[in-house]
Parts: sequence; C-alpha cells; structure tokens
Amino acid sequence: MPAKRNIRARKPAARKAPRPKLEEAAQWVGKPLPRKEEGRLVRGKGKFVDDYELPGMLHLWLVRSPYGHARVTHIDVSQAEAQPGVVCTLTGPEVAKLVRPFLEIGPEPGAKIVDYPMGVDKVRYQGEPVAAVVAETALAAADAAELVRVDYEPLPAVVDPEDALRDATLLHESAGTNVVWQGEFDYGDVDKAFQQAAHIVHIDRLHFHRFTSAPLEPNAVIAQWDPGEDFITFWCNNSFPAFAIQFLALALGIRIDQMRVQTYDIGGSFGIKITNYPYMALCALASRKAGGRPVKWIETRTDHMTASAHGNERVFRSTRVALDTSGRILAIESRHIDDCGAYPRYEPLGCIIWAQVLPGAYRFRNYRVRFTQVTTNKCPVGPNRGYSRMQHLWFLERVVDICAHALGIPADEMRRRNYIRADEFPYTTPNGCVYDSGDYARMLALAQERIGWDDWKEKQRRARAEGRLVGIGIGTTLDSGTNNFGQSRLLNPNAPFSGQSGVAIVKLGIDGNISVSLGSVPQGQGHETTSAQVVADVLNVTPELVSVRPGFDTERNAHTGHSGTYASQFAVTGLSAAHGAAQKLKAEMKRLAVFALNAKEDKLEFGMGAQGPEVRVRGSDKAIPYWGLANLVNVNNAVLPAKLQDVTLNCRYVYRPPFRLPDLKRKYGNLTLTYSAQLHIAVIEVDRDTYVPRILDYAVVDDCGRVVNPLIVEGQVHGATAHGIGAALLETCSYDENGNLRNATFSDYVPITSVNMPTLRTGHLESPSPFTFNGAKGMGEGGGAPLHAISAALQDALYAQGVIIDDSHNNASSLFHLLERTRAGRAAQIVRVESRAAAARR
Amino acid sequence: MPDEIPRVPIALRVNGKRYALEVEPRLLLVDFLRRELRLTGTHVGCDTTYCGACTVLLNGVSVKSCTALAVQADQSEVLTVEGLEQDGRLHPLQQAFADHHGLQCGYCTPGMLLSAYQLLAKSPNPSEAEMRKGIAGNTCRCTGYQNIFKAIRAAAAQMRGR
Repeated sequence: MPAKRNIRARKPAARKAPRPKLEEAAQWVGKPLPRKEEGRLVRGKGKFVDDYELPGMLHLWLVRSPYGHARVTHIDVSQAEAQPGVVCTLTGPEVAKLVRPFLEIGPEPGAKIVDYPMGVDKVRYQGEPVAAVVAETALAAADAAELVRVDYEPLPAVVDPEDALRDATLLHESAGTNVVWQGEFDYGDVDKAFQQAAHIVHIDRLHFHRFTSAPLEPNAVIAQWDPGEDFITFWCNNSFPAFAIQFLALALGIRIDQMRVQTYDIGGSFGIKITNYPYMALCALASRKAGGRPVKWIETRTDHMTASAHGNERVFRSTRVALDTSGRILAIESRHIDDCGAYPRYEPLGCIIWAQVLPGAYRFRNYRVRFTQVTTNKCPVGPNRGYSRMQHLWFLERVVDICAHALGIPADEMRRRNYIRADEFPYTTPNGCVYDSGDYARMLALAQERIGWDDWKEKQRRARAEGRLVGIGIGTTLDSGTNNFGQSRLLNPNAPFSGQSGVAIVKLGIDGNISVSLGSVPQGQGHETTSAQVVADVLNVTPELVSVRPGFDTERNAHTGHSGTYASQFAVTGLSAAHGAAQKLKAEMKRLAVFALNAKEDKLEFGMGAQGPEVRVRGSDKAIPYWGLANLVNVNNAVLPAKLQDVTLNCRYVYRPPFRLPDLKRKYGNLTLTYSAQLHIAVIEVDRDTYVPRILDYAVVDDCGRVVNPLIVEGQVHGATAHGIGAALLETCSYDENGNLRNATFSDYVPITSVNMPTLRTGHLESPSPFTFNGAKGMGEGGGAPLHAISAALQDALYAQGVIIDDSHNNASSLFHLLERTRAGRAAQIVRVESRAAAARR
Repeated sequence: MPDEIPRVPIALRVNGKRYALEVEPRLLLVDFLRRELRLTGTHVGCDTTYCGACTVLLNGVSVKSCTALAVQADQSEVLTVEGLEQDGRLHPLQQAFADHHGLQCGYCTPGMLLSAYQLLAKSPNPSEAEMRKGIAGNTCRCTGYQNIFKAIRAAAAQMRGR
C-alpha cells in the first residue's frame, strides 16, 4: 500500500487550485456565481456550427417553394449541376427514394401523413425545400440554386385553422382530412356545475397568435457520411438530439449507433431547434452523394422565419364559464382548435402538453374541452418556449379576466377568490397532475407591492378622468417542468414513450481532475455552471475545480432517449443526474480512501488540503489527495485489492423521476414533476390618437422553488419576459390568404429591442419542491406571463369602450380595428353574460 | 455568369494586424472576417442589418459587417470582438458582461460589445435613453436586455474611474 508521502510526491507540478477553507466550500448551490461559459463567449471564442471549417467541406443551398400550396410538376437541375464548383444536387423525388418518411407520433388520421425532408410532388408551406445544390462554396451553391428550374401548379391554400376543419382544401391527401388529432377531455361534473351556476359567461372566440422565439443563431448542420464505416457525424445545433437520432435512424434506414451527434455552443433555441432534423437528414444524404465529404448548411434568417418552426396557434371556441354568486369559477367548457402548420413533426404532443396545467393557477374542478389539431399551409410548428401550456394559460387568464370585468369584480380580487390556496399543496388537479408547491396569492401581493398597485389605481383614476386609456393587468402563469412522456399515450395508446430521465457522468480523471459530461444541450442556460455548483458541493471543492464538457456528444454516452434541453427540466433531471453521479463517485472515493488511509469510512472527510482537494481522516494528519485516488485506479492499480477492482472513478448516473403511466380511459395521471410560477403586472396606456400601446410600468414575480444560481434564474426570467412582451405587442407571423408569410425578415418581424423593452421591477418567492433532491424546479420557459398580463392590461384600458381583447397579439393597428369594430357594434357578441339569481339561491 | 470572378486586392488592419488579400468584389465584410481571416467571433444573425450580431468598428464607427463589402474596408482599420482583450486582460465591457450575466447564448454578445464600445467612446456616462438607443441596433433574444444595461453601466463607471 502506498504511503501518504509517496503519493504526495507524485503530484503534478502545475496545480493552481484556489484554497478556500472547508466551510467556505460547503455550499455553492444558491450562490450567484458568474457563469463558467462567459469566458469564451465574451472573447468571441464560442464555437457555433458555422465556426467549424472541416477539410474538404462542401456547402448546401436549398431551393424553396415560393408558394404556400402547390403541386410540383417538374424539377430540372441540369443547368445548376453544370455550374463550376457544383458537386451534386438533390431533389424531392430523389430524396423520397432514399429515405423513409419521418415517424408520426400520433395515431390516425395524423399517422397517415407522409413527411419527407423535402417536398416531393407537392409543397405545403412557403419555404418548403424542393431541391438542394451542393458546391465547393456557399456562394457557388447559392448562385447555382438560382438555375434550378421548378414548375409549380399553385393550389388554393388554407391558412385559417377553422377553415382547415372543413377539409375543403386538403394538405395531405393520404390522410383524407386536415385533422391531425382530436379528443375529448372531461373532468368533474360539468353539466351539474352549469345547472348550479349563478352566472354563465359565454365567450365566442379567442385566438392565440402564431409567433416564434426566433433564436439569433439560425439552424445549422454539418454532416459527414463516412462511406467506409457507413457512419454519420453531425455537428449541429439540434436541441433535442436524442429525439432527432430516433427519427433520423428510421428515416435514413440506419442504426442509432451509426450516428454521432455533437453540439457545442448554440445561439439560442427556445425549442425551435428541436425540429431541425429534416435538415440534418438532407445534409447527410448530400454528404453521401458527394462521396463522404462533409456538407455544411447554414440557414438564412428569411429561411428561418419562413421554414424552420413557429409556435402553435390556437383558437378557443364557444367557451362557457359557470360561476357562483361571488365569482368563483365552477366549470369551464370550450372547444380548442390547434394549428400545427403543414406537418405535425413534434405534434400532436401539443394536444396533451397543455393538460399539464389544465386548471392553471385555479381551483375549479369541472372542465370539458373538445381539442382538435389541424394542418394548414403554414410553417410547421415546433415546441416554442412555453409550448402548449402558454396557449392554454393565456386562454384561462382571458377567461378569468373577462369574467371579472363582466361581473364587476376587481381583477386582483377575482384571482384571489379563485387561486389554489397555499395550504392545498401538493395539489392534485382534476386530471391527476400534482402541483408540488406554490403560493399564488402571495405572489400577487408581492407583485402588487412591487408595482405600487394602489398608487397606480389612483393614477389610473385620474388619467381616466382626463379621458386617457390606462389599464392595469395581471398575468398568472405556470411553467410545468420535467414532463412525463407517458402523456403521449393519451394521444396514441401505442406510443412507445413514457417517463423521463437525465444522465450525467462525473469522473475523476487520471490526474485527479473532476470532469462532468451531461446529457443536456444548453443554449445559454448555464448548465456548465449549475452542474459544477452541484458537483462541487458533493465533492467539497470549488466549482472552478469541476470542468464541465460544453455541449452534447452522443460519444460521451451521457444520454438516454430523453436527452436534450426542453420542457423546463435541467434543474431537476440534469442536476439530479449530476448529483447522483457525484455521489456515486464520492462513494467510490471513500472506498479507496478507506483502503489507502487504512481508516474507518465514518472518519473520512472531503475538503481542500495543501495540495488541492483531498480525503482526510478527521482528527489526524492522514490524507490522500484526489489525484492520489485517481492514481490508484488508473495507473497504479497493481496495488488494489480484489474488493476494489470494480472501482472506476468514472460514474454514470441516470435520474428517473417517479412517474407512472397515466390512466388512458380517464385521461388521468401526473404529467409533470414540478410547477414553477410567475406573476406579472403590466400597466399600459393606449394612445387615444395613434392607438399605440405603451408600457408604463411592469412587475415580475417568480417562484421556481429553491434557486440553484440566482444570477441564471434572474436571466431566464428576464429573457422569458422579453419574449412574452415581444410576442404580445410586436411579434407575429402574419400570413396572407395564399400562405405568403408577410414578415419573413427581422426588419418586418421586429423582434423586441432595447428601446421597447421596459425596465422590470422584479420580486422573488421560493416554494421548495418536495419532489426534487434540492427543492429546485425547472423554470426556463417562463409560461408566457407577459401575454396574459398585457392582454389583461389592454382589456382594463379598453373595457369601458366595450372592447373585448380576444387576441394574444395587439398593436396600434389591431387595437384601432378592434375599437372600430366595437363602435360599429360588431363586437357585442363576443361575450355574453347570463345571470340566474334563482339558480344561485338554490 | 462569368466563369472567373475577378478578384480585387485590399489592404487593411484588423485588430491592429495588417492584411493584404485579394477578394471577390461581392464578398461581405463579415464573410471576409469569418472565412478569410478566421475571426469567427463576429456572427451573422439576420442578413438585413437588423440584429447587429455582425457589428464591428470600421475606422472607429460601428457598422453591420453583413451590409458592408470587404472592398469597402480597403485601407481601413477594423476592430472586432477578438481585438477587445489586451495583453490577456478582458476589456472592462467584456468583464462587466461576464460579471453581470449580460449574455446567455453569447451569439449577440460580440456585436453588442462593439456597439457598447462605441456608445461609451462617445458618451462615457450615458443616460438611460442614450444607452437604450446605443444598442437599439443589436438584438438579444436571451437576456431581455436588463443585465446588458447593468453591464454597460458597470463598465462605464469602471472606465470613467480609470
């Protein structure tokens, strides 16, 4: 057995570890630690896909449909192929021979949809690729792409989801209908609740608009299909690679282990990059056709806006709300039509994901909805930040807000009467989801305090006396995180997915350095930093001593079929995995130290010594540095006894949340593990002459359980707020009746900038989750609270004018039309109140 | 389309270093920096001069390098994000962005830093309105700008103190 002194003598020379005292190193979780990622990124040394130059690399340029709906009658690539520098081309019909259609997640009729990575005999949205040119340079490919001749026979387009329901124009003849999925959700006793209601509020139509979080880095792929090994390497920015490889393997007819997928720095995704796998397939096919040379494709912004992915659009039809005399909601009944664009891809998952937050923040127990999803001649949707829950929560907040106005109940009082109460957590929703913790009324009080509610009410009264249109609106939202894929069975009983998992590998390397590999695909969420905090706490070192591999790589084997970054879950799945792996490593280190130090396990402590981190025997000078333990296993293992031969110091841990399959018949079960909440209050003035809405004040309160890194959490809250404000007032994907996207550049789409982003008054509450190891909850998506709060504030500003805010996107032009419509008496039917005092008395 | 596109010689200084190259007349400045010089810190986000991820300083003035040709930078001085760090020390703006979490994905950051650099060169103690206007041509999709404001204020204070 090596003596302590010998081990120390072998210490590598260049070890510059900070030496904090043990107590200081004890708790890194919870500290506002600046991110490890910043160093490379502020220097411009991040590595994004377009930064890679590989030997022999070719460039792919796509020819895309200018039509929203058309038959492709002829494609001629001969002129393009004759251009200097052009290596090969691909066309839709050729691609259809080389691949199988992508898997459809849902059952029939959606399952009958045929989805290839290129339009074959038809194009179904503007920007759908029909051909590709591969050349030595991107410019040569772009030049030659202009010489590809495509003959189209334009078809009538269907862009409105309710029009699509009529099936007058069919997108997918193979399905025979535009309906992708439909189902009934019925909980409690809705009919009885309506019989007992004192008031019934009817809301004819509400509309959640289509927008995209538009990451600043467009989609990008480099693929190399090695012909010798029949092996594909992808450098890409797909944000859910475990999903992508399962889709790609089936489509390309290869095994998953014939692919390597790597990401490094990603310039934002917000869910949009989950569905860029069709482009991964095209680059792979192009590489194979080009003899195995790597092929790079970088999306242009216009192509990103027209043809990457948008968020789901949804129409809420014929809503009826039953309330008691005091304004407590008893039941809601409605019909929802979700528009997934031209191809379902990640859909129809959005048809169930909303049900994670079925009652929102509210106590009602009776709910019935007929949910239908349709295809339209628009860009396919992707799981955009706040995915599917945001749409539903906006609907509920409109319902609560409209009912409050209709019954003359103050907006804050209406919410307090209806919120789930703090003493009711963990709270089981009507459909079996379990809200872990929270205190919505306290969040409201805190937000009111931050904004200066009473003060604003007084200012509003004075402004109204002058005829000004000032409104104050509340938006309550939830960010459900760590989803149970078992919910997919509620859409398709045969779907082979359920549960959830996160993976991490924590390793003590040959030289004793601690490294972490994650199964996540960060795009700015600081996973390198927060996982280092967690591991540092377990191993009692500083986070600087924990190196976390940037990005994702299937070759690290730190992934399962769930791995990716989506669904507000890293704080739970990723950090639980990192925690579990670090604990496994610590247990192995202890076993080694018991042997090396000839000490009892309960006498060992982990901490910083003179030579860096060490395991020592409490109350003695016996210690072995971490590198000494690594030495024993990796390069000096002839000394190890048989009982330690299983120790690797390379510890992989898979975290699995305790999910079960939902009850398919009742559509009942726990669909997500944690529930973060945000409460926003917006004060808005609508200019009387120009109708320009202007934010006068804005407060944001968030509660995501125990905070792992306050700096990162605050950043996520700010970012989600900007996306929501942008979406509420600026950003919308506007299509004409032929399926032309009218605002396909940033100059037309106008993403929110520094001049129209208000200063935020922030507040924070911590309701630790009882379901996670450290009380943390996922929180990155945010839940779209600004959409709710801004709609409510505009409603408050304009209710006296008779206006009902029925759309999630409002700008000067739409507000002008809304007021005009109201003045012409055409808005009166949107909301109708039926009060039955007799029923209330019973 | 001609088979051979004639190349044009240009000579310029980028981050203090001299370069003399022949380029296609249509080559964008951003592609020149990224592909010819391999300075990949300057990013492309939108192609329409909106997002500012490609912002560099051309003779001390911020330009969107996706909307300038490389030939227009002939005989000029260009500063990119890679030129901000001096002698292994981060520029105060870089340090402040790191300290205040003024970035998330980091894709807009290089352009944002150069717009902020120009802003503080013109106005060492910018008002709130000046600061918002100074980076109005730079889109950030992650931070909601709040921490970028904090970082610029902190850097300005530090630079004034020097």
